[in-house]
Amino acid sequence: MGRVKIRGVSRKFVKDEVSGTLALDNVSLDIEDKEFVCFIGPSGCGKTTLLRIVSGLDLPDAGEVFVDNERILSPGPKRGMVFQEYSLFPWKSVIDNIIFGPQMRGTRKKDAIEEAQKYLELVGLEQFRDSYPHELSGGMKQRVAIARALANEPEVLLMDEPFGALDAQTRNTLQHELLSIWQKKNITILFVTHSVDEAVFLADRIVIMTARPGKIKEIIKVDIPRLRDRTSLEVNQLRNRVLKLLAEEQKK
Amino acid sequence: MARGRFQKLKNKGVEILSVISAVIIWQLVADYIVRNRFFLPSFTDVAEAFLITVSRQGIFPFMGMDLELPVLLVDTLYSLMHFSIGLVAALVIGIPVGMIMGWFRSLERVFDPIIEIIRPIPPLAWIPFAIIWIGLNPFGAGFVIFVGALFPIIINTFTGFKSVPRIYVEAAKVLGCTADHDLIRRIAIPSALPSIAAGIRIAMGVGWMCLVAAEMFGVSRNGLGFKIWHNYYLHRMDFVLVYMLVLGFLGLLIDRAFRSYLEEKFFKWRTGVVM
Repeated sequence: MGRVKIRGVSRKFVKDEVSGTLALDNVSLDIEDKEFVCFIGPSGCGKTTLLRIVSGLDLPDAGEVFVDNERILSPGPKRGMVFQEYSLFPWKSVIDNIIFGPQMRGTRKKDAIEEAQKYLELVGLEQFRDSYPHELSGGMKQRVAIARALANEPEVLLMDEPFGALDAQTRNTLQHELLSIWQKKNITILFVTHSVDEAVFLADRIVIMTARPGKIKEIIKVDIPRLRDRTSLEVNQLRNRVLKLLAEEQKK
Repeated sequence: MARGRFQKLKNKGVEILSVISAVIIWQLVADYIVRNRFFLPSFTDVAEAFLITVSRQGIFPFMGMDLELPVLLVDTLYSLMHFSIGLVAALVIGIPVGMIMGWFRSLERVFDPIIEIIRPIPPLAWIPFAIIWIGLNPFGAGFVIFVGALFPIIINTFTGFKSVPRIYVEAAKVLGCTADHDLIRRIAIPSALPSIAAGIRIAMGVGWMCLVAAEMFGVSRNGLGFKIWHNYYLHRMDFVLVYMLVLGFLGLLIDRAFRSYLEEKFFKWRTGVVM
């Protein structure tokens, strides 16, 4: 199960005693098990902060987050995370990166490797098993990062603009792959992006956030069946709607 | 095989020629311009002295036995012993201190002012206290080398630990690695290792430079540094030069060996580590 409950979460970044920025202002949201939710909003709207709070890397100043009724106070292996920056450990080979999580839970190396092989296949990188991160392209690095997060068998996968640094073609391929992984693994995905195209292609629901302080402006349910045709009329209409909502925020 | 080696020599032609020319100029200057063996021994004088140090036997006590070895080798072994005592002590103390300072912010503030005050004192200024505290024995010499080697190790370990990319720590945390000791062992140490290794390399250089002075105050009757002074008092400048050159070559050799060891260790995950 991977139900996420966000209740009245606020987060303020304090610079000094007088000034501070309110990054998130009283955000509440319920995310169903196995749902794919995309967060989109103007830059600096706190979408990454929200994701970090769900992961446990950051704590809210007010409000709370629950995953399956368990309050989140620290990071844990049930919530996997894929970062925008390349986060693979450069001193470990691909396979050793993937078994890092299982090994921390005490799985024997031999068993962990066997298990990891499956995830390596899932992201299509079997032949790069013993390569080091510096030998991989950006897209391959993020694939390994996804495999590494999945190897912990998380219930919720948090993705913070994971394809932001990739070129357009690689990005499209990885979106396809992510959808098929999501369908195979039956997990909840919270996906932060700044690309309307990406959100429209991937999400069950798109959460549009306001400019600072970040609040939820609107939640759009996407009913278009997958795989979505990026150039179809419905997709374009939806994209227009999201873009308009975002434009309102940009003006502020 | 032989052809390959010949090819290698051919590629190094300029370098070899450069060394040979320097030796020839040295010989000519010594023989025809200076003409004073005390003031500038010639290359052949030094070569002769070298052969004498190699052919004469000395005694090296080792595990209860007195090994009879060429004098030069005995001196080298003594020097390496002094050097290792200092370097090992510096590693044992310097690495943990640097790690703690780099990882725990509050402890950085505790250690930093003390280190910054002691660090600028030249290692050789510690010689009087090395004699009083430790005495005229190999450990006294080791202490001076220790002081020289300690700070590069602390500072580089500290810097390496402080600049562990936050993203690796956070990635480890979300993968279930949350305890401080796990994060230090699995993330901070491997991430800081190139910086620590560079610190050790600097420390070995500084320690080696301290060696001559550390052996000067009579910690033993052998040692490359000691023999420089010993031969100077005997006015055997050709022997002084032999020991100078041996110190130089050995320093070079130690540095090269360590560097190739590092490259072997790191080239797998880091291309182009600048050391």
